[in-house]
Amino acid sequence: MSGSGKKSVWSELLVPVVAVLVGLVIGAVFMAATGASPLVAYEALLRGCFGSPVNISETIVYTTPLIFTGLSIAIAYRAGLFNIGAEGQMIVGMVAAAVVGAGGAGLPRVIHLPLTVLSGAAAGAIWAAVPGYLKAKLGVHEVVNSIMMNYIALFFSHYLVNGPIKDPGIATPYSAEIADSAKLLRFVGDFHSAFRLNTGILIAVAAAVLVFYILYRTTTGYEIRAVGANPDAARYAGINVPRSMAVSMLLAGAMAGLAGAVQVCAIQYKFLDLFVFEGFGFDGIAVALVAKGNPLGVIGAAALFGALSRGSQMMQGMAHVPKEVAGIVQAAIILLVAAEGLVEGWLRIPGIGARARRAVAARKEDA
Amino acid sequence: MTESQRVPVLEMKGITKRFPGVLANDEVDFTLENGEIHALLGENGAGKSTLMKILYGLYQADSGTICVNGQEAQIREPNDALRLGIGMVHQHFMLVQRFTVAESLVLGAEPRRRGIFLDMDTAVAKVKEVSEQYGLAIDPTARIMDISVGMQQRVEILKALLRGADILVLDEPTAVLTPQEVSELFVIMRNLKARGKSIIFITHKLKEVMAISEHVTVIRRGKVVGALDTVATSVDELATLMVGRDVELVVEKGPADPGDDVLAVEDLQVLDARRLPAVRGVSLSVRSGEIVGIAGVDGNGQSELVEAITGMRRSIAGKVTLAGRDVTNREPRKLFESGVVHIPADRQRHGLVLDFTVAENMVLQTYYRPPFSTKSRLNWEAIRREARRLIEQFDIRTPGEDVSASSLSGGNQQKVIVARELSRHPELVVAAQPTRGLDVGAIEFVHQKLVEARDAGKAVLLVSLELDEILALSDRIAVMYEGEIVGVLDREEATEELLGLMMAGASRGPGPKAQEVVGK
Repeated sequence: MSGSGKKSVWSELLVPVVAVLVGLVIGAVFMAATGASPLVAYEALLRGCFGSPVNISETIVYTTPLIFTGLSIAIAYRAGLFNIGAEGQMIVGMVAAAVVGAGGAGLPRVIHLPLTVLSGAAAGAIWAAVPGYLKAKLGVHEVVNSIMMNYIALFFSHYLVNGPIKDPGIATPYSAEIADSAKLLRFVGDFHSAFRLNTGILIAVAAAVLVFYILYRTTTGYEIRAVGANPDAARYAGINVPRSMAVSMLLAGAMAGLAGAVQVCAIQYKFLDLFVFEGFGFDGIAVALVAKGNPLGVIGAAALFGALSRGSQMMQGMAHVPKEVAGIVQAAIILLVAAEGLVEGWLRIPGIGARARRAVAARKEDA
Repeated sequence: MTESQRVPVLEMKGITKRFPGVLANDEVDFTLENGEIHALLGENGAGKSTLMKILYGLYQADSGTICVNGQEAQIREPNDALRLGIGMVHQHFMLVQRFTVAESLVLGAEPRRRGIFLDMDTAVAKVKEVSEQYGLAIDPTARIMDISVGMQQRVEILKALLRGADILVLDEPTAVLTPQEVSELFVIMRNLKARGKSIIFITHKLKEVMAISEHVTVIRRGKVVGALDTVATSVDELATLMVGRDVELVVEKGPADPGDDVLAVEDLQVLDARRLPAVRGVSLSVRSGEIVGIAGVDGNGQSELVEAITGMRRSIAGKVTLAGRDVTNREPRKLFESGVVHIPADRQRHGLVLDFTVAENMVLQTYYRPPFSTKSRLNWEAIRREARRLIEQFDIRTPGEDVSASSLSGGNQQKVIVARELSRHPELVVAAQPTRGLDVGAIEFVHQKLVEARDAGKAVLLVSLELDEILALSDRIAVMYEGEIVGVLDREEATEELLGLMMAGASRGPGPKAQEVVGK
């Protein structure tokens, strides 16, 4: 009636922005409690992210894989699935890129680089296909299976890098360095430049645009969104629900696999043995949540979490605030975004957000 | 004493409530006499629910006063309302499925033994006592999940009574009930009245207003447009007041001109969700240019039959043909492509993706075909144009095609579905409860559209739990009972009594045996 079905960009952004601000305040309380000065700490955090060209470069380096994993979670989420397996899909993406990057030495760059990056995407997709298939065909819950696939990926990569793909020339369990023809270029300097900022960020942004395009401009995306929003109605309308779920898992796996491939081709140049999960896949869940599943929003949310994790190192070094405090800020933001109703409740307190208050009231009335 | 009896038990004066862009209640006056049943009548979105939510403390009025028993009352939350003896039975029940009736009723105020132990025996006894007092006939030990919707409603009524309600607000209580359950509810309501309770009965069904109430207050667009004695009014007057114009309560339609069979169902057998036989050998045909109505009490296999015909559920035996072609157990998309359209019984579960925009919902089955997409690429311009065309043609009240379907009223949501389905050049229209929960104006509209489809030579299969609807629209009527079709009647030979007997399984159609039953 009142047109509240149409949401402005402003009202979509309101909750995440408030969540970030309140998250920073909560972090400040913890710092004050441990005797540190929040102002000094947050200054260090900001400097860590944006204080120098190298810091900005590093913030973007941290952001890049989070864009991919955030997209991975967001696509699956749009089909109503929870892809907690991005972590494992990213690991197999790294392994595949490390193998193809090293093994394809001698190939021309125009073939070798795309081949290496795409091999990572393919490996991630295959890894996601297992829970995707089980969900589509047998209705087995994807969360349990993708968690299991995470552990299989972790330990399988551990085996590979300690055996079949280990670089025999060195003692530590690393795979052989990939050929230069498989490396992504850094914007400043050569492959060993301290400015690690590289063309991977362009691939990530392009991936976000691609996912947005798929979801909102193609019939496949329409099907995925219909299945996620109302599987019963999708079935009624003749949409092949299992197929759409499987397709979204494949796309999700490809995105997580790309995260791994870009990490190898742009930063690590080899597969390094993992003893624990690196957490990019899990952080991707938070990124997708803050972005509310919007692929373009994922870029901003990934930048936020990238900045927090980069800045927190500086916070630790300069202000002697444990970097766990940044973790607290992150967690608070996630909690507040998840508890959207809570933030909306605050916005209803007079004087805080009259405009938001009206929007909320309108939505309630329509319901 | 006589003085106090003249004081109304509830008086709401000058209630105004404004929402962004909508004046939901505009200077509404509402008076409830002691011990009466007072109908609150209005279309969906007229402001009935807003008024009652203000009374129950869920909303605050912008202005106006509420007096209970002559005393001005401040009702800020439901607890205030409960303290004043105001109880509400919501349209959607709030019960825990796994709890027993007694457990549900004492929830929040559990009787205890020695401070910590739940005293279920006392609870059961108490529930029995109050249930018998009001003639509710509830088994306190039954689980909520095992009892019928009608029984669950009684549990909700009992819950309000146990909390000391003297004023009962029943929010569209008949919307979820079968005709039999409605008459049982009316008996209970009269019982409650006889014991001094005052009842506000929210509805948009005119017959029910006439059957049960003493007074009726009609609201339209947030304003009271009539406060009448029920005996002094008529269904026609109420309809006109409620909608704001003259309404055709009788569907105008000429005689059918049926052609060849479009749908033929032969000996179809379908299992329900629990894998028990729900449709047991149904044979049925629908010809072009006729409306065949399937009457029956809810749960006699109608839903499963519709689902099998529309591809939503596999049949285990039998055959479905469409214009001579075998389409048994085809996928929904194949059926749509062969000219079957389906107005589903549950519009929010099946008919719409509520989070999608109106435009996205308008192409739910056709999005993958030109002009709405070419080579897998959606053509938003064409989709929006089609949506705007249908919004215009079917008079759908929406601010535009880009708002989410969830922001539309129920009647307009149904119009979106009807528009989408009937615009797809069907051969067969399967309409399952196409007017459930709609108000008079919207029902008139949907009925007109179905008759138009018939007159354009489509075959229409109508499934409805409302006997009035079946009788108003159908050219032939099939009655389903326990998964079988117990008889097919021409409209002329069908009477409410005969259909009622067949629906109850007492008669198997107009054979010699049936005539005998009817004769008595």
